[in-house]
Amino acid sequence: MRSPPSAIENDNDYHYAIWPRLPLKSVMRTVRTTATAATAIRTAITARAIRFSGLVESGDSATGTIATAPSASPVGKPPPSPRSLDGRSGTVVLVTVLTVVLVGSVFVAIGLGSAVVPPADTARYLWAALTEGVIVPDEVTRYQIIWQIRTPRVLLAVIVGAGLSAVGAAIQALVRNSLADPYILGVSSGASVGAVTVSLFGVLSALGIYAVSVGAFIGALIATALVYLIAHGRGGVSPLRLVLTGVALSFGFQALMSVMIYFTPTNEATGTVLFWTMGSFGAATWGTLPVAAGFVVVGILVLQRHSRALDVMSLGDETAASLGVDAVSARRRLFVVTAVMTGAMVAVSGTIGFVGLVIPHITRMVIGATHARLLLIAPFFGAILMVWVDLLARTIVAPRELQLGVLTALIGVPVFVYLMRRNGYVFGGR
Amino acid sequence: MDLHLDDLTVTVDGRDLVDRLNLTVTSGEVVGLVGPNGSGKSTALRCVYRALRPSGGVVRVGGSDLWRLPLRTGAQRLAALTQEGGADFDFTVAEIVALGRSPHKSGNQPLTEAERAQCVRAMEQLDILHLAHRGILELSGGERQRTLIARAIVQQPKVMVLDEPTNHLDVRHQLRLLDHLRRSGLTVLVVLHDLNLAAATCDRIGVLADGRLVAAGRPADVLTTRLIRDVFGVEASIVEHPITGDPQVLFTLDGARSDSESPSPMKGTRS
Repeated sequence: MRSPPSAIENDNDYHYAIWPRLPLKSVMRTVRTTATAATAIRTAITARAIRFSGLVESGDSATGTIATAPSASPVGKPPPSPRSLDGRSGTVVLVTVLTVVLVGSVFVAIGLGSAVVPPADTARYLWAALTEGVIVPDEVTRYQIIWQIRTPRVLLAVIVGAGLSAVGAAIQALVRNSLADPYILGVSSGASVGAVTVSLFGVLSALGIYAVSVGAFIGALIATALVYLIAHGRGGVSPLRLVLTGVALSFGFQALMSVMIYFTPTNEATGTVLFWTMGSFGAATWGTLPVAAGFVVVGILVLQRHSRALDVMSLGDETAASLGVDAVSARRRLFVVTAVMTGAMVAVSGTIGFVGLVIPHITRMVIGATHARLLLIAPFFGAILMVWVDLLARTIVAPRELQLGVLTALIGVPVFVYLMRRNGYVFGGR
Repeated sequence: MDLHLDDLTVTVDGRDLVDRLNLTVTSGEVVGLVGPNGSGKSTALRCVYRALRPSGGVVRVGGSDLWRLPLRTGAQRLAALTQEGGADFDFTVAEIVALGRSPHKSGNQPLTEAERAQCVRAMEQLDILHLAHRGILELSGGERQRTLIARAIVQQPKVMVLDEPTNHLDVRHQLRLLDHLRRSGLTVLVVLHDLNLAAATCDRIGVLADGRLVAAGRPADVLTTRLIRDVFGVEASIVEHPITGDPQVLFTLDGARSDSESPSPMKGTRS
């Protein structure tokens, strides 16, 4: 009874009539709301900060501002936003706002697509799905688009966006490198090798349609373990060795993959590789979503439990030791967590670049570097960005899909540049 | 709380960077370590703040073997100012100082009001309260160094080890810091390069050369023309400080020397 949804998903008349007005408006509205809220929150945090230390920001701004980036605009440069030792009340407001924005974004993204479903209908279908309600036969196709295709897809975007942002933030602290991202330890190329191996040689075929995902997951873990073991030297793993080994082995895995494809040039293998290197939420199903969600949610919680340890570790291993934190063993444990999380995400969505690198920085610019707040807020930013990026990717040139990484960069880079120049954000070291 | 280094030895690739170092810092005493570059001062100190496991010997704090204590327990007794230059990400000064409390906290437990007040006091002492909400990466070297010292103070240790704490500090803040250390009542082991500051600050001075302790005692007994020539390979004149009576070491540039029998500048230095 399930008709192929592509007939409607590719209905471009529908699409072009509605698309240019509706989503753009909501995007602008969301952006405006978020900006206003962010200003309000910053004010709240600032007020609290001043109350905490019992002083008004004094005029000693002459010293120490040398390193800040020059402002883009000659007039009206706002002062660097002061942050507090404890902005908990501000954080609560921010989390509330972000939750609302995220839920709203998810709802909008489920309704929009090649076939636009009005919000009332979207809500009705979702309600019916959750409560096992009744759908009239005329609406079955639209219901299926909403529930079977778009909902898991949008939720996967939420999960992966949140997961990549949290992992990126943690990895940057673990290897003490602003350029690190979730794939730094060879996870993505390892996953591709695993997936291609599975689809070419038919290993794991007992797992049926999940074989390739499981292969990718295993490949990711093997790659991380290899990088870790090779980088391991006397006195543990130094962050820089780890990054260098990760980069070097990534090239190795990519070469291996190219060789495998060269000698067995089947369409299937090429398609598999493309999927894993470009990344897409198109393969989302209700079957794989809970598994990925489980890994990501548990992983984020574990990382959050280590926020103060991550703070201390960003001060350097020796300082960490003097503050009672064993950086080497904490790093080893947290790497396992991030590797499993990233492996699970790559297995269902491929490699989506940029989010895990830049969302942590964007978040630090807004709320500061403290991991308790960073690991709380960054997943929201990442999830919201990912939902909108995926929406654009599947609608802007429908019926084709744009590569997610292209859009994350197109949207993320201007935001990043704007924030960096406005706040005088300083990256690790000078 | 006493600090003992018993036969402390660090061997890396067959070379003894620190060779059977014996040193005791009694409770409340300020002991300075001086010596030329590469003499093993920092290496010895790293064994004390547990960045480097000694190859032999024992570090005892308040009687117990430091390396057998849990890392956190050790950090509650002993704070360190390392040579690491602060954070990689733009934490604020207040956030960095607050991290000094982490050995006293389990997991992500938030700071109490009393602990926050303590952070404010430490920042006041080090003259950085006005920078509390500034990012650490935009500060000058001296301001950053003061932030790290405030963090060590907030840790409320019994013993403090400092590796060249006066680095980057202007003269006023150097004196303020050393004065603060003297009056804190803490047991202090400090590596200093400035022999005059060491003489003014320390109850006793230990001189390291090639990983071995070659002299130890009161500054006036240790800092002699002969020792400075043997260890540092430079000629110096020692005079008495007109007010405190501490020994003061005066150096002369070779070109400015009036007598003709000046020694070659590198004589006696070790590689």
